[in-house]
Amino acid sequence: MAAESGKIDPMHQFEVTPLGGGFNLGGHEVFFTNSALWMVIAAVVLGLFMWGGMRRQLIPGRWQVAVESFTGFISNMMTANIGTEGRKYTPYVFSLFMFILFCNLLGMLPLGVLGVHPFTVTSHIAITGVLALLSFSIVLVVGFWRHGLHFFSLFVPHGTPLPMIPFIAVIEFISFMIRPFSLGLRLFVAMTAGHVLLKVLSGFVINGFNADNLVIGSVVSVLSFTLMIGISALELLVAGIQAYVFALLTSLYINDAVNLH
Amino acid sequence: MPQIAQLTADNWYLASQLFWLLVVFAGIYAVIGRGMLPKIEATVDARDRKVADDLAAAKAAHAAADALEETYRQQSDASRAAAQKAVADAKDKAAKDAEKRLAKIDAELGEKLSAAETEVAAARTSAMAEIESVAAEAASDLVAKLSGTKVAAADAKAAVKAVLHG
Repeated sequence: MAAESGKIDPMHQFEVTPLGGGFNLGGHEVFFTNSALWMVIAAVVLGLFMWGGMRRQLIPGRWQVAVESFTGFISNMMTANIGTEGRKYTPYVFSLFMFILFCNLLGMLPLGVLGVHPFTVTSHIAITGVLALLSFSIVLVVGFWRHGLHFFSLFVPHGTPLPMIPFIAVIEFISFMIRPFSLGLRLFVAMTAGHVLLKVLSGFVINGFNADNLVIGSVVSVLSFTLMIGISALELLVAGIQAYVFALLTSLYINDAVNLH
Repeated sequence: MPQIAQLTADNWYLASQLFWLLVVFAGIYAVIGRGMLPKIEATVDARDRKVADDLAAAKAAHAAADALEETYRQQSDASRAAAQKAVADAKDKAAKDAEKRLAKIDAELGEKLSAAETEVAAARTSAMAEIESVAAEAASDLVAKLSGTKVAAADAKAAVKAVLHG
C-alpha cells in the first residue's frame, strides 16, 4: 500500500505470502502462509469459543447460551431441512458454518491499525471452491450410497410430462452440476467485493487528506470514512449471512441426497 | 486479482492452501464437530428432557390437586347436607314433642274444666233446692202470720216453685 505515491492497491490484501515452513509434498512446495496462519487462528478462536461453552450446566451461563445458540441454530436447520436423519450431518455442517463464519469475521478485524493485516481466508476461490467441492462430494457419496442408480431420479421431478423428461433432465443435471461452483463462487465474491470496497474507500480517506486541495480532500475523506462505517456494519452482516447461506445450501443439497425430491 | 493470478503463477499456492485447509478443517471437524458438538447437544437435549419431565410432573401434580379439591368439595357438601338433615330432624322432633305435650295438657285442662262445671252445676241445683225450701218455709210462716191459716208444707213448696220457675 504505497501511500506516498498516492496509489493504493485494493487487491494487495488478498495476496498469499509464504511465512516459512516449506516442505515438499508430491512435487509441490507447501508453505505455511498468511492464509494458513489465519485459518489456524480461526480454528483456535473457534476452539476457545466452543470450549467456553462446554461447562454442561443445567442452567447455562452467558457463554454457554451463546455456544448453545449456535449449535441449536445449525441442528434446528438440519432437522428442519432434512428431518431427524439430518442430525448425522450436523457435525460437518456445523464445522463448515463456524469455520466460514470465524474466517469471515476475523478478516474484518481492524487490526491493520496496529500493523497486523488480517487475511480473509474465505476470499480465496481456492478455499471456498474446495469447501464447496467437499459439500458436493458428500452429496454425491450419500446420494449414491443410499439410493444407488435411483439417485438419478433427482433429475426428473415428480409429475414431469413424459415428452418433457429429456429437456427437464438436462436442465436439472446442469443446475445440479453448477451447484459447487455457485456455492464456492458466492462466498468468494461476497468476501472479495466487500474487502475491495472497504480498501478503496480507505484509500479515498488517505488520499483525500493528502490531497493538494485540503478542503475538498477533507470533505471526500470524511464522507468516505462515514460510508466506511456503514459498509463495515454491512460487511459484518454479510459475513454472517454468507456463512449461513453456505451452510443452508449444503443442508438443502444433503437433503436432496438423503430424501431425493 | 491474486486469488486467480496466484492459482496459475505460483507452484506452491494451491498446494499450500489445500494442505493447510484440509489440516485445519479436518482438525475442526474432528475436535469441534465430532468431539465438542455432540456433548453440547447432549447437554441441550438433557435440559430439554428435564424441562419436559418437570412440566409433565407439574401438570400431574396440578391434576392431583384438582382431584383432591374435588373430593374435598364433595365431602364437605355431603357433611353439610348431613348436618342440615340432622338439624331439620331435631326441629321436627322438637315440634312433635311440643305438640304432644300441648295436647296432653289441653286434655287435662278440659277434664278439669268439665269436672268444675259439673261441680258448679251440682252446687247450683242444691242451692236452688235450699232456696226453695227456705222460701216455702218463709212463705208458709208469712201466710200463717197474716191469715192465721196453716198451709201445708207441700202446698207452699209447690207455690214457691211455681213463682220461682215462672
